[in-house]
Amino acid sequence: MNKGAIWYITLFVVVVLVQVLFMNNIQFSGLVNPYFYVLFILLMPLNTPRYVLLLLGFLLGIVIDIFVNTPGIHASSSVFMAFMRPFVINASNVDDSDKMIIPSISNIGFSWFLKYAGILIMLHHVFLFFVEIFTFSGFINTLMRAVLSSLFSLVFVVISQFLIFRK
Amino acid sequence: MRGLLNFLVKYHVLFLFLFIQLVCITLIVRYNSFHRVNFLNSSNTVTGKIFENYIGVVNYFSLRKINDDLARDNTLLRRELQAVKLADIDLTLERRANPDLFNAISAQVINNSVNKQYNYITLNKGTSHGVKPDMGVIGSDGAVGVVINVSKNYSTALSILNSRWSVSSKLEKSNHFGPLRWDGNDPGVVALEEIPYHVHVAVGEKVITSGYSAIFPEGIPVGKVKSVEHREGDTFQKIWVELSTDFRSLTFVDAVENVNKFEQIELEELMKDE
Repeated sequence: MNKGAIWYITLFVVVVLVQVLFMNNIQFSGLVNPYFYVLFILLMPLNTPRYVLLLLGFLLGIVIDIFVNTPGIHASSSVFMAFMRPFVINASNVDDSDKMIIPSISNIGFSWFLKYAGILIMLHHVFLFFVEIFTFSGFINTLMRAVLSSLFSLVFVVISQFLIFRK
Repeated sequence: MRGLLNFLVKYHVLFLFLFIQLVCITLIVRYNSFHRVNFLNSSNTVTGKIFENYIGVVNYFSLRKINDDLARDNTLLRRELQAVKLADIDLTLERRANPDLFNAISAQVINNSVNKQYNYITLNKGTSHGVKPDMGVIGSDGAVGVVINVSKNYSTALSILNSRWSVSSKLEKSNHFGPLRWDGNDPGVVALEEIPYHVHVAVGEKVITSGYSAIFPEGIPVGKVKSVEHREGDTFQKIWVELSTDFRSLTFVDAVENVNKFEQIELEELMKDE
């Protein structure tokens, strides 16, 4: 196995553990729950084939689902996020989008990463919160919880960048 | 044929996406039925082990609070024991009538959540300790949930904070009963439903389990009435109940089983067809 694969497997295990052991225990008025684990999908190389993204998104989501007893809900939302990722990357006109580069702050830049991660996390969270509650009644309330949780997740994702890619 | 093949190849990502979503939706919908695929939940060995090790570390930091809780429980139990000793004639009579009506197994909460729509609790006891599905889970402050999945050493329980489940409860004074259901918002407040308008409900009145569902014994505390709403056009009043258990800090619980449950259910089944 090459170094890259081992790095990604480690990342996978770390994001899952951080999610189920720490993030799920953050209590902020009982409404906000950051979903940090999407970091794994965000950090896949820019040229990752789309079907690989989808399959890994499913694997990641279903593992989280098993820990929190919600089979299908996280899987569905992270697959949705993996599906949207290439569109967000293409729309952002980043150079080297066909190269094996990790889309991180250190590789591409802070403001690009903030937009990229922000949009994808928001898409994932809104999708997740509506699938979880399975109704559009209380639309504003659910939307607000999704957006608030997205902000928290984004903060954790950005902080993690400085821990993972230390110089 | 060639055209169809080209079409499939061209849009293979979209088809894969739709296919996976279909799988996910199937999982979500099938999960609604009460008993589910046994490995897709947190009572399996791997997740159970991870949660158990983690909680071992976390509890170390809250030992002080746990000690206080246990000491308080001890005092309460000692006081009750004293009361029972004073009235021991009643006890023997009661025992003869209901020999060991409820069986209890103590367990530790190793995973728990309050901020989802459907919250679950994972316990560190399983079939090898005698835990079975449909056992009630009771904390030191009152009713907590019901066991749904059990593996050899772990079990998962539905928490009261799970809108897929309701507890049959009643008002302590008037004995009027109804389902107690969480609406998914505040993890400290649930709604007692189906209490008709003519029943006078006082704020602060105690709400306890009714014992009708055979999951909990009768009289386990659930909470106190927080507020009562009268809505135009509704047949029932809306009663908000403040839970007596703080679900954010659950540590030790008991899984209880009604020994005569099957007898009760069997008897009730007889009536269903009529």
